[in-house]
Amino acid sequence: MSIRTEPMTINIGPQHPSTHGVFRLRVTFDGEDIIEAEPILGYLHRGTEKLAEERNYVQIVTLTDRLDYTASMTNNQAYCLAVEKLLEVEAPLRAKYLRTMTAELQRIASHLIAVGFFLQELGTFGGTPLMYAFRARERILDMFEMLCGARITLSYMRPGGVFWDPPSEFWSSLDEFLKEFPSDLAEMEDLLLNNEILMVRTREVSPLSAEEAINNSVSGPVLRASGVKMDLRVMDPYDAYSMVDFDVPIGSIGDNYDRFWVRMQEVRQSLRIIEQCVDQIEPGDYRLDLPKVLRAPEGTESYGKVEAPKGELGFYLFSDGGISPYRMKIRSPSLINLSVIDRLLVGWKLADMIVSLGSIDINMGEVDR
Amino acid sequence: MYGIEMVKGLLVTLKNFSKKPVTIQYPEQRVSQHPRFRGEEFSWYEERCTGCASCAKYCPLGIIEIVTDPSDTAVKQGDKYKLEKFDIQLFRCMFCGLCVEACPYDALFMGSGFEEGKYTRNDMIITIDDLRNSPKNPSTWYRPQLEAKNYDPRSGQQLSWKEVGRESWNWHKTEKAGMRITPDPKQD
Amino acid sequence: MICVLEGFYQTNIIYRTIHGSLSGLMPCWSATIVTGIMFSLFLVNIFLVSTALMTWGERRLLGRFQTRVGPNRWGPFGLLQPIADLISLLFKENLIPRGSDKILFIVVPILIMMPVIMVLGVIPLAPGVALADLNVGVLYILAITSVSSLGIFIAGWSSNNRFAIFGAVRGVAVLISYEVPVVISLLGIVIISGSMSLLDIVEAQAIPFLMVQPMGLLVFFIGSSAEMNRTPFDIAEAESEIIAGFHTEFSGIKFAIIQAAEYGAMIVTSAIIAIVFLGGWSGPLPEYLGWFWILIKVLVCVFVFTWVRATLPRLRIDQIMAFCWKGLLPMSLINLLAVVIETFILKGPNGQLSVADLWIMCVINTIITVCTVIVLNKLISNKVDPLRSGSKILSQRELLLDGQGD
Repeated sequence: MSIRTEPMTINIGPQHPSTHGVFRLRVTFDGEDIIEAEPILGYLHRGTEKLAEERNYVQIVTLTDRLDYTASMTNNQAYCLAVEKLLEVEAPLRAKYLRTMTAELQRIASHLIAVGFFLQELGTFGGTPLMYAFRARERILDMFEMLCGARITLSYMRPGGVFWDPPSEFWSSLDEFLKEFPSDLAEMEDLLLNNEILMVRTREVSPLSAEEAINNSVSGPVLRASGVKMDLRVMDPYDAYSMVDFDVPIGSIGDNYDRFWVRMQEVRQSLRIIEQCVDQIEPGDYRLDLPKVLRAPEGTESYGKVEAPKGELGFYLFSDGGISPYRMKIRSPSLINLSVIDRLLVGWKLADMIVSLGSIDINMGEVDR
Repeated sequence: MYGIEMVKGLLVTLKNFSKKPVTIQYPEQRVSQHPRFRGEEFSWYEERCTGCASCAKYCPLGIIEIVTDPSDTAVKQGDKYKLEKFDIQLFRCMFCGLCVEACPYDALFMGSGFEEGKYTRNDMIITIDDLRNSPKNPSTWYRPQLEAKNYDPRSGQQLSWKEVGRESWNWHKTEKAGMRITPDPKQD
Repeated sequence: MICVLEGFYQTNIIYRTIHGSLSGLMPCWSATIVTGIMFSLFLVNIFLVSTALMTWGERRLLGRFQTRVGPNRWGPFGLLQPIADLISLLFKENLIPRGSDKILFIVVPILIMMPVIMVLGVIPLAPGVALADLNVGVLYILAITSVSSLGIFIAGWSSNNRFAIFGAVRGVAVLISYEVPVVISLLGIVIISGSMSLLDIVEAQAIPFLMVQPMGLLVFFIGSSAEMNRTPFDIAEAESEIIAGFHTEFSGIKFAIIQAAEYGAMIVTSAIIAIVFLGGWSGPLPEYLGWFWILIKVLVCVFVFTWVRATLPRLRIDQIMAFCWKGLLPMSLINLLAVVIETFILKGPNGQLSVADLWIMCVINTIITVCTVIVLNKLISNKVDPLRSGSKILSQRELLLDGQGD
């Protein structure tokens, strides 16, 4: 006996509680199984690339804050590196350490959000792990407020360094954070890292093979979870990454659990990097004396890239000699990581769909730009 | 084995159950912002402002509108424009602080407050009179001289234009417009 | 005119008092009816108030589990929060989605609320304090609670919303599956106590059945939390997947009633656990403080339910089904088998089990529970190994060396 079934198309988002912003998916189900998934983008498009063509090089820093608003620091960093390459200048050593440190703090904050929402989407009611993650992230944001007077839209870095030295109380609270955060992290790991329900929900669900990941130019934790040994901080060191020692977690088959696990481990490595930076940093200049309005020679171009929490974030700049770039192209990791979404979803169930989406850790500010 | 890790997780939540809540009960309790906090209520010192409109030019959104005319009431003839209009459209402001960074004479400071809700958009435009009358609790953002004094805007202490001082950055290698703080004694 | 109260009602203190004072004023038959109505109103109102308090209590508890405070604005400790919520919900527009089945859509909240209140009638809160002492109390509870699956399905169907359909289908699947182990786990209790009446079951507990029937409690706890749609089994209203599941389209007072039914179901289930497994009103305190004991036991159950809800993530539908049929059903069957054999052997000549017999069963059943859990673990836990061979943490040097080969 066979039961006649009919595919059912459901529109997930843009107002769905767990699509990480205004992301829309048109999914066709056969019962609970997904047979087709089509992402529809563009609900948060703000024309950042075009806006950049009418701003001068320093003003664009404020635009980059709003790309991936959970990781403003690394956005600033990628952009400033691109401008420095364009102008052929190099930031002072202290600025490099400060950038590395703050970028790693930002990575912890971003990964905490990613992990927290991932667990929230697995269905922990009211988001207990999310609250624990936010509790730890709050301390990082407090430190960012000490650094630059803002918590999310930081604009901390400038082409040629960082805008100001941290205040004295930043260092004491950083020390306190480094001392207390590992126990918070251990608590989060105890809570759910090896939880059986989490295991059966995420193990071997939505795997992404290394080959497929590379073919889709996926980057960041999603790529490393698939077992590809790639980390821009090691492969193409920028700022102070060549001067610190850290490990890179590599997953095995790239399922949801691997992506989650890689992020949890990267948080620990970020802590190591920050500790080394605190040890190594020395007093000195933190900003180059560049003019307020920068001009790059005509026809020059540059590509600055960093290993942002979500993957490889790149800014391509082309100058026509004016005070603003002729063209700015953003290679945003979330958008490119999102391009594998239909491969991850098809064949799995409705409940897995939300978890897979959470495991890629997209940010719509960056996807739609 | 099934169950053991779940029990571990349950114990973690139980431990947190006994902990004190970390949240702040906002209207009664307040988090004190850091002095560098980029708040609303810009602090502006008319005595220092020359009306050069650097802030308006440097604002990424172009929300500062300045109208000047040559002044006969200036401190020194030709040094200063008379300001007729200094409007900041606060409802579009993103508090990036670039206007403060651009000001060559340290006349504009970020504010320290954040509770500036209004009912209409027009109320959110800060006019020159609002700027004149606003409490002068400047944020120390991009103003190293204030941080050197350990000034905390949340203490309620208001600073006059003489007390806020002039910025001098140790990374400045070349002289820029407005950087001369005191006239060179040799030239007088 | 002689007025005679039959059977149980002679022992029911509250009923007798009200009836006594009324019978002077009106004929006996009308006094009986009026007393019944008053008693029901009394019970339903107490239940609704406690449900409202429950919403406050659970939010406060969840808040503390998440190191926040929870609602604390309205009244002392935020105790008036449910009233504020209710007023807010009452004044909402009565939305009925286009294309929905209007009559069913309006009836559904009542249909979901009704079984919960009906179950309340047979729950004894103290010796002699219950609306009715049915001699088939357990059967009545099981029969009535399964009606709620009908309500959930109608809710999903009438909403004309695909998320609601998902929630309804999931909810019905879970409810029907978990009904089986829950029934079988209660069957063990019935066999030991020799009665289906809840009063008799409490009186049969010389030692709490928690100890005699550990596996029964485990199965009942898990099964009933699935029936109440609570994590880790809350797929019928999984808020991160299908928004609010079967009640996505319900707003205003309809939503309030559905929520009240859910929280009420938690109170009722806690009360059943307290009565059937934790010894009801029996405790070290004198008998007239029995209500205090039962209150404490119910609150403990509520706390545990909330605690589990605050900690565990949700299972997927196929895993929930597999867990029911491969995990809970064998457990409950083994439990039943053990109880039947034990009762057959230990039962005295009058068909009763003595306290010593209960202790013997306690020891045997605990051993059986531990063994069953371990064996079932071995059978189904092949997928979980926290340390995975493929995953590794590479140093920078290793990464650079290997990376060139890739």
